[in-house]
Amino acid sequence: MKISAPRLSFFKPNIEKKRKIKLVLGDVSAGFPSPANDFKEQRISIDKEVVKNKEATFYARVEGQSMEGAGIDNGDLLVIDRSVSPEDKKIAVCFIDGEFTVKRLKVEKDCIYLVAENPKYKPIKVTSDNQLIIWGIVTYVVKKI
Amino acid sequence: MFALVDCNNFYASCERVFQPQLEKHPIVILSNNDGCIIARSNEAKRLGIPMGAPAFKYKRTFKKYNIKVFSSNYPLYGDMSNRVMKILSTYSPNFEIYSIDEAFIKFNGFKYFNIREECLDMIKKIRKWTGIPVSIGLAPTKGLAKIANKIAKKYSFQTNGVYSIDNEEKRIKALKWTAIENVWGIGRKYTERLKKNGVFTAYDFIKVSDFWIKKNMSVVELRLKKDLEGFSYIKLNEAITSKKYITTTRSFKKIIFSLNDLEERVSSYTSHCAEKLREQKSCCSSLLVFISSDPHKEKRIYYRNSFVITLPYATDSNIILNKFALKALNGIYRKNICYKKAGITLMDLRASKERQLTLFNNDITRHDNLMIVIDKINMRFGNAIKLATQDPNRLWKMRQENLSKRYTTELNEIITIRNKT
Repeated sequence: MKISAPRLSFFKPNIEKKRKIKLVLGDVSAGFPSPANDFKEQRISIDKEVVKNKEATFYARVEGQSMEGAGIDNGDLLVIDRSVSPEDKKIAVCFIDGEFTVKRLKVEKDCIYLVAENPKYKPIKVTSDNQLIIWGIVTYVVKKI
Repeated sequence: MFALVDCNNFYASCERVFQPQLEKHPIVILSNNDGCIIARSNEAKRLGIPMGAPAFKYKRTFKKYNIKVFSSNYPLYGDMSNRVMKILSTYSPNFEIYSIDEAFIKFNGFKYFNIREECLDMIKKIRKWTGIPVSIGLAPTKGLAKIANKIAKKYSFQTNGVYSIDNEEKRIKALKWTAIENVWGIGRKYTERLKKNGVFTAYDFIKVSDFWIKKNMSVVELRLKKDLEGFSYIKLNEAITSKKYITTTRSFKKIIFSLNDLEERVSSYTSHCAEKLREQKSCCSSLLVFISSDPHKEKRIYYRNSFVITLPYATDSNIILNKFALKALNGIYRKNICYKKAGITLMDLRASKERQLTLFNNDITRHDNLMIVIDKINMRFGNAIKLATQDPNRLWKMRQENLSKRYTTELNEIITIRNKT
């Protein structure tokens, strides 16, 4: 039997003309690219706004109406920053004679008043007979409407 | 220069932040399950209440002196600790959290700072921001900083909470002042031996020859000696003695008789320990199980026994550890005993990556991925996956009769202000 040799024809690549192909790195996705990508920002965080000093921030719940004039009502949540210095006119969480209370500070020459914001309540004059701890300064009130 | 910052009576101080009326009032804190006393305020110490004492024995004393008793509130202590540590970390980049209430700070390149002033500022800031009082010991080495801290605390009135061992005279005086059992890193066992050999203070200890220490103790104690001599041998973030074992021991609320019930408890304790083991990326190669009846019930038979099993290979798998723990338990269980307590200790710990593989057993790393997944699930869903020998419905209910609120981690447990005046 005669075996015929297969006929092969060779093609030469054309290398005379140099071709430039751009290299594209990375994935290609077929959809329309989001035009918002370039404008990505963090979503608003109330926590970030309200808590300026994480390590010194504590929370408390209010019962009672003695500060309603300052917008602090029964059931509200107080954000308390202990790193803020107590000063005249600031609203502070105080511990006086065995109880927590929230009042506006009124600093006079030789005494401090804890002033309620409700005409039904009288200011508390703090004398050396009282044990007062200014526990922290109220920086925000969170209330449910 | 090293600083050791230590919170004063940390657990009691945490409770006081939210109950300021307890300032200057004696306080004790009980262990998990309200078993024994694990922390005391200075006032309670002065009343002679010892550390580690079983709480029920002191019930009358508590009442007599109106001592305020707390169950341990770890969510609160943990959060307060984080706050303190976060503030401390702002003072130097070289910083090591040593325990829940202690941290070392290394002051390098602070020669233009007055370190004592920095420390006083630190104390003031931590007290104001968190309400926690701290004391600071300053010294050229960690070992000496520990001692300086003790002095700062003990004589807080004179030191304002900061004491610095910064010359030879102070160093010698401090070492002579420190009893050997209070030296950092010297355990009970070595204390006994040292005392027998006439070593009663830290000063006596540094006079012992290197040779004797090496022969009778170990190289760890030798390095400690150098540290106390003022040469900084113990570096930052270097544990003086690595955690050699992990243990969980609990008293039961109710007495247990049956092997089945004991097996359930031991399985749960084993899983708990194994989780801690994996958390620190270690394996163990032996374990101890112990059970005991109530030693305070005199009419009943007192039985206590323990069993050590050496594992065929080091592991951190719940499944394997549990298998051997139950074997150990079966070896010591006796009928007709009123069991009150059980515990497990994982021993011979080593880093997982240094674990020795064996020639004929390919199973060693078999559970690795499984454990990772179990830990992740349990972290997210709270002990959702248990071993079959554990009671699926049983929660880790602890006796916590005097638990304070979780003021900083639970919104419905925050401070209430009664604004009635």
